[in-house]
Parts: sequence; C-alpha cells; structure tokens
Amino acid sequence: MLILECPYCGVKAEETELAAGGEAHLKRFGPGSSDDDFHDYLFMRENPKGVHFERWRHANGCGKWFHAARCTMTLEVFGTYTAQTSEPTQEIKDKIAAKRPGWTWREFADGQK
Amino acid sequence: MKRYSVFAVAREALRYHTGWERAWRSPEPKRHYDVVIVGAGGHGLATAYYLGKNFGITNVAIIEKGWLGGGNTGRNTTIIRSNYLQDPSAAIYEKARSLYETMSQDLNYNVMFSPRGVIMLAQTEHEIRGYKRTAHANQQQGVKTEWITPERVKELVPIINLHGPRYPVLGGLWQERGGTARHDAVAWGYARACSDMGMDIIQKCEVTGVRVENGRTVGVDTTKGPIDCDKIGMIVAGNASVLSEMAGFRLPMESVALQAMVSEPIKPCMDVVVMANTVHGYMSQSDKGEMVIGGGTDGFNNYTQRGSFHHIEETVRALVETFPMVSRLKMLRQWGGIVDVTGDRSPIISKTPVQNCFINCGWGTGGFKSIPGSGWAMAELMATGHSPLTEEFSINRFKEGKFIDESVAAGVAH
Repeated sequence: MLILECPYCGVKAEETELAAGGEAHLKRFGPGSSDDDFHDYLFMRENPKGVHFERWRHANGCGKWFHAARCTMTLEVFGTYTAQTSEPTQEIKDKIAAKRPGWTWREFADGQK
Repeated sequence: MKRYSVFAVAREALRYHTGWERAWRSPEPKRHYDVVIVGAGGHGLATAYYLGKNFGITNVAIIEKGWLGGGNTGRNTTIIRSNYLQDPSAAIYEKARSLYETMSQDLNYNVMFSPRGVIMLAQTEHEIRGYKRTAHANQQQGVKTEWITPERVKELVPIINLHGPRYPVLGGLWQERGGTARHDAVAWGYARACSDMGMDIIQKCEVTGVRVENGRTVGVDTTKGPIDCDKIGMIVAGNASVLSEMAGFRLPMESVALQAMVSEPIKPCMDVVVMANTVHGYMSQSDKGEMVIGGGTDGFNNYTQRGSFHHIEETVRALVETFPMVSRLKMLRQWGGIVDVTGDRSPIISKTPVQNCFINCGWGTGGFKSIPGSGWAMAELMATGHSPLTEEFSINRFKEGKFIDESVAAGVAH
C-alpha cells in the first residue's frame, strides 16, 4: 500500500485517499507550438524503471494537487513537495542522488524536453 | 522433433517414459542472426514462429531476460474473444481467435483451446446501447456475436444474480466462439515449433543495449555478449519503454500493474466466461476447478509485478454482487503483471524512428487473446515492411490524430 504525505495538510494518506495524476513536470505546449512539441506533450511519457515524478491529488482529504518522487522499481517514496514548482526541489533531488548514485534530473535518450 | 501423438504416448508407456526429449533446445547465442526478437513471451515467440512458417526466415534468435513465458504470458486470465467495435481491433483479434481454433494441430502441442463462450454483461442502459452497437458492427466485420436477454444469461450462467444490489443484469453480448486456452502451453508450443525450425531461444539473457549506426539497428548488447542482427523486433510488453530508450526513442506509453487471482478449486459451476464491466470484475472456471478472477490496474506507474491490495477488495466485492455463491471461496493465489498502456489504449505494432527496428507493444489488458494474430501481423511487417493488419496500429497515429478509440487495452475489465 502506497503512503504519501500531503505537503499541504501534512496528513499521511494511503492510496485510496489519493488520486494519481500521471507524470509530473511536463512542459506544456499549446497553440503556436510545433506539431512535434504538441504531440510529445500530449502523448510521450517518460515511463522510467526507477526514479519517477508524479502528480497526485489528495482527493479524499484537503483536495489539493501535489508532487511526489517515487521509485517504480521498489515503490520507495523519496518525498512529496508542492505543486507550485516546475521541477523538483533541491532537497528532493539531493535525497534521490544520495540513494541512487549517478542519477541526474532529466536525461532523455532522444534529448528532448 | 519427435511428434506428439497417441502412438508416442503408447510407445513411451511401454518404456517407462524414458524417450521423451526436451521440447526446445537451449543453445548459446551465435554472433549473428538475421532477426533478433527481444522477449520470449507469447507475442515474441508467435512472431518468430510466423517469420519461419510464413516467410521462411529461420536464422532467428529469441532473447529472454527471465524464463520463457514468465512475464504476462504466464500472468493473464487466459480469455480469448474478438468482440470489438472498431474495424482494426476486430480484424486483428478475430485473426488471433481463428488461429487459436487450429493452434493445437498447427503446433502439434495441446494448447487446450476451449471455445466455451464469453458473455459481457450489460448492467446499465448505456451498456445495452453500446453492446447492441458492437453486435451490429461485429456482423459487418464477420465476427459472430449476438445480443442476448437476461433470461438467456441466466440459462447460460445459473450461478449469476440478475438482480444485483447495485446493478441489475439487463442483457449481454455473447460470443459463442470465444473462450479460454492454456496460457503456458501457448508459449511452450510456439517455443517447441520455433526451436524445431532451427531458431535459438536464449533464456536468462538480458538486453543491455541496442546498437544503432547511422539510424539503423545493427545489433544488441546482452548479458551473454553482443549479438549482431539485420532486424530487431522489440516485443517486451511492460518493459517496452526501457528498451526503446536504449534504441534512442520514446514511446507514448506507461507501465502499470494489473492483478489477477484464482480461488481454491471447486466442482464445475460455470462453463462460460463472464465479464461484468460496470462493476469491474470478470471470472471463468479453469479445468482444475479454480475460479480465475481478473482485477484492476493501479493508477500509477509500476514495474514491481505486484499491485495494490485495495484493488483485490474492489474486484472481489464486484464478483460477490454478481455471483453470491463465491462469497465463501478462499483465494489461492494472487499476482500482478506489468502491462503497457498507450495514449489511446490500443496497441502499437509498428516500424520505429530507427530503421530495421520494429516494435510490438501496448497490448495492456488485451495481450493473451491477441498472441497469434499479433505474431502473424508482426512477422508480416518485419519480413515485408507492410502488413494490412498493422496499418492502423502505427506509432504515427498519435501524430496524425488517427486514434483507435476503443480502449482495447484499457487496464481494467471492459
């Protein structure tokens, strides 16, 4: 059972109290952007075997959206943090780097985003 | 390969079964193959089989990081049906279903295909309209399905509760030639036939890199050393994103855990497959007597091959409503598999941005039933560069907006 701490109300919520919202920190492309950018924004997903950043909503609680950093291989939770940011906080990045040596933020094979 | 037959059984019975040979060889990898298939699950083995059978390409290696058929091929609920609405899905699933009918004879391996019939229950007005529409579409597509009344449902499934506490059964979509098959035997049968054609099945060999030169694939690096090849087929379900990243492209794909479970064995009580999609549960009875139950997927990415506990509760609750007699059954085993779900919830069978690299993934919850059809189409695509069955399942459909709006691989009972 996945347990995440809501960074707003501080409640340690288990997963039936939460709603998963998919990959976090997608860069949004809309009108005026290229077809490729719009396509990637809508459909391409990182889907890593390892460190992953996600959006979650404390649906059956305070109702607020927040971010979580999680490992998809071990289900280990590195931490949760505010939604008002376009990339993970330095504290979370440091925590992950300590546990997963060699990990860096945003290294895609095709060099996008 | 020694053929299996009644005479073989009799002969072996007389000599204490000492003459049976291994069903497939376990060779060390050669340095070069014409085709390397990554993933020795049902889809990968079927692709290799039809490459050999239909196109005479037998210099093939099938590389598997675990053991043969140990991924989703061994983790599904073995249901086979083809009652889909959209033409591309109906075409490939009906191809698969029709190949299942003669698979035991083709492979000389008993896959125990049991065309016992599949009912999808309609439990809301919306579902009635949806399934009637599907039945009409299936008539046009040449797939035999029909709309049946609640009375007929009760006749086919005496243990069902038509007047459930939440949703009554208002009818159903009935596919008489749908059913189940022995999932392991499908993988084993294909493996034996592939090995017999001279293909190498290399287990416990993980691909660690895909070598690309000038936009073309030239080989793979594995834990058993590098292997050169002219063409690669990536057929690895939940790990497709990991492999595509090695080749340098991304996929419109997320991997989630899907669960299933079986009960203790009981006497025969239900001889069809029943899917209750409004309440999210489906059930059939295996030949051993276990009730085979399909659950739901989690909403978050996961590679651990185990799912969340509360989904088991949801599934079981739905089934207790629909079949009150299962309320006292003990569950024997529960497991999870990692399913790959695309943006439009339909599979991808396609060329990729890398030349001579082909991908077959995104089957989500619709994988087992499509094995022979998927293999047939993928083999045609890899051998000739074109297959009518795969045209609509191209990776480019997301760019073009040509989605297959059906959720064949949605990740829930549907």
